Amino acid sequence: MNTLALEVRHLSFGYQGGRPVLHDVNLAAEAGSIMAVLGPNGAGKSSLLHVLLGLHRPWKGEVRFFGKPLSAYDRRSLSRTVGLVPQREHVPFAFRVEEYLLLGRSPHLGLLAQPTASDLEVVEAALSRLGIAHLRGREVASLSGGEHQLVLVARALVQGAAVMLLDEPTAHLDLGNKHRTLALLRSLAAEGRAIVLTTHDPHLAAYLADQVLLLRAGRVLFGGPPQEALTGERLSELYGVPVRVAQVGSRPCVLPQ
Amino acid sequence: MPMRVRFGWLLAGAAALLVLSVFLGRYPTPPFLPPRLLESDPLAVRLVLTLRLPRLLAAFLTGAVLAVSGLTMQMVFRNPLVEPGFLGVSQGAAFGAALAILYLSPSPWAVQASAAAFGFLGLGLTYAFARRLRYGGWILRMVLAGIAVSALFAAGVGLLKYLADPLTQLPEIVFWLLGGVWATRWANFLPVLVITLPALLLLYLARWRLNLLTLSEEAAFSLGAAPGRERLALLVLTVAATAAVVSLAGMVGWVGLMIPHLARRWFAADARVALPASLVLGGVFTLLCDDLARTAVNGEIPLGILTSLLGALAFVVLLASTPRTSP
Repeated sequence: MNTLALEVRHLSFGYQGGRPVLHDVNLAAEAGSIMAVLGPNGAGKSSLLHVLLGLHRPWKGEVRFFGKPLSAYDRRSLSRTVGLVPQREHVPFAFRVEEYLLLGRSPHLGLLAQPTASDLEVVEAALSRLGIAHLRGREVASLSGGEHQLVLVARALVQGAAVMLLDEPTAHLDLGNKHRTLALLRSLAAEGRAIVLTTHDPHLAAYLADQVLLLRAGRVLFGGPPQEALTGERLSELYGVPVRVAQVGSRPCVLPQ
Repeated sequence: MPMRVRFGWLLAGAAALLVLSVFLGRYPTPPFLPPRLLESDPLAVRLVLTLRLPRLLAAFLTGAVLAVSGLTMQMVFRNPLVEPGFLGVSQGAAFGAALAILYLSPSPWAVQASAAAFGFLGLGLTYAFARRLRYGGWILRMVLAGIAVSALFAAGVGLLKYLADPLTQLPEIVFWLLGGVWATRWANFLPVLVITLPALLLLYLARWRLNLLTLSEEAAFSLGAAPGRERLALLVLTVAATAAVVSLAGMVGWVGLMIPHLARRWFAADARVALPASLVLGGVFTLLCDDLARTAVNGEIPLGILTSLLGALAFVVLLASTPRTSP
């Protein structure tokens, strides 16, 4: 399993009329692997996800999915390839979970089309895959943080994207929901998806990721396997505070110094 | 009750109200025209065919367009407090109407054309301002620009009212501002129909897509939408339809804000249901108000007063009884 799902070369990006946010970022992610992007607030993690999504055009450099440049995809085929799981999303209308998940079928339907029974089947499959079939009729706004996160992942499943981008997927979850989400992401990757997630939690990166990208002030400090990335020296440099990394079992554990 | 059955009842109710409204009125005696009279009285037939029928349809269409436009705008702007007149359309149209009454000619045609033209100008100005603003996201800029443009035109309307002849022109301006479909004939109704029917049809066809545009910018984008372009296209449709009915009916308040809330509450937030429900509910509500406006008293209560009065009351009752979590 080493299809190169995502490749970024010499990527630089900034908002219009602003300072550059990302400088010369390089990364590669294989299908079936998980990459964690770690960095302090304002390091450019979310901007990186948005550029990968195609929402913003890079100033320089290139993004490729499965060997094909992002710019060569049209809107529909891109949205069938790359999906986003945003942070808890505020929806000002009382959609039910089922209606909300159906929106994941948009990339597969025309502008004026209506979803059909077969689209509903895809939604049902995603609901039972994540074990949340009982949420089907609930209003999205009434969901707890953990439930909402699962529903957002389910929507990306409905979308059927081979590359999933997750913006801080565990930021608002309690320990139990966090661990359930991690197990879920592992199994989604095992099915051949490439997963890129941003996080503030080095332990999550250590537990979950095949590769860790340390991002500071828009530059890649280090990219590689978690054992090499999550050292006291590198994390101290990344966050600008001295930290110590202890080994608990085979896993790194980050402690303040 | 299943959604289809409930919607069936709504349609049946609307059809019954339309038929009933044909016979409702102050001729020959209030409040009812006996159906038999249509066989013997040619005046009754002419009254129904040339005055009442276009008026009924205009009232229904006005409500339907305002409600669908309101729903569309609320979803496009991701804000359930938005209504169709906002973005400078209503105040622009009001200014256009007052200008025509004062300086062109008080014929309904001139007033209507001028109102429609200035309604569009209102949107154009709002859009141009919004592009120049260097503050906030797209939605916030459109809202701010809309507020500014509305205020400009409102000031203009105030000035025109001040300049108007208080005995002849002012009452006409005021009556127009209060809204009403009393001046509807086939001749000024059909052009409105030509603009609004295609717009309503397109909005109806795009109703599922509308759900997608209520998501955050990046989520909608990742699901294949081009949010900016699609929102603008839907806005142009709603504004065209709104300007057309406002040019005919004047300021008919609260329908566009209240009916979408009612439709979401009684049916579903999903626009596949909420949009057709808004269309029919808006039509029924406005027709009911117009029936009241022309039969309740000897004379005519301005339609906008009734829609605002009953609409605001219904809104308060609706919000006070809160079976669902969000609006």
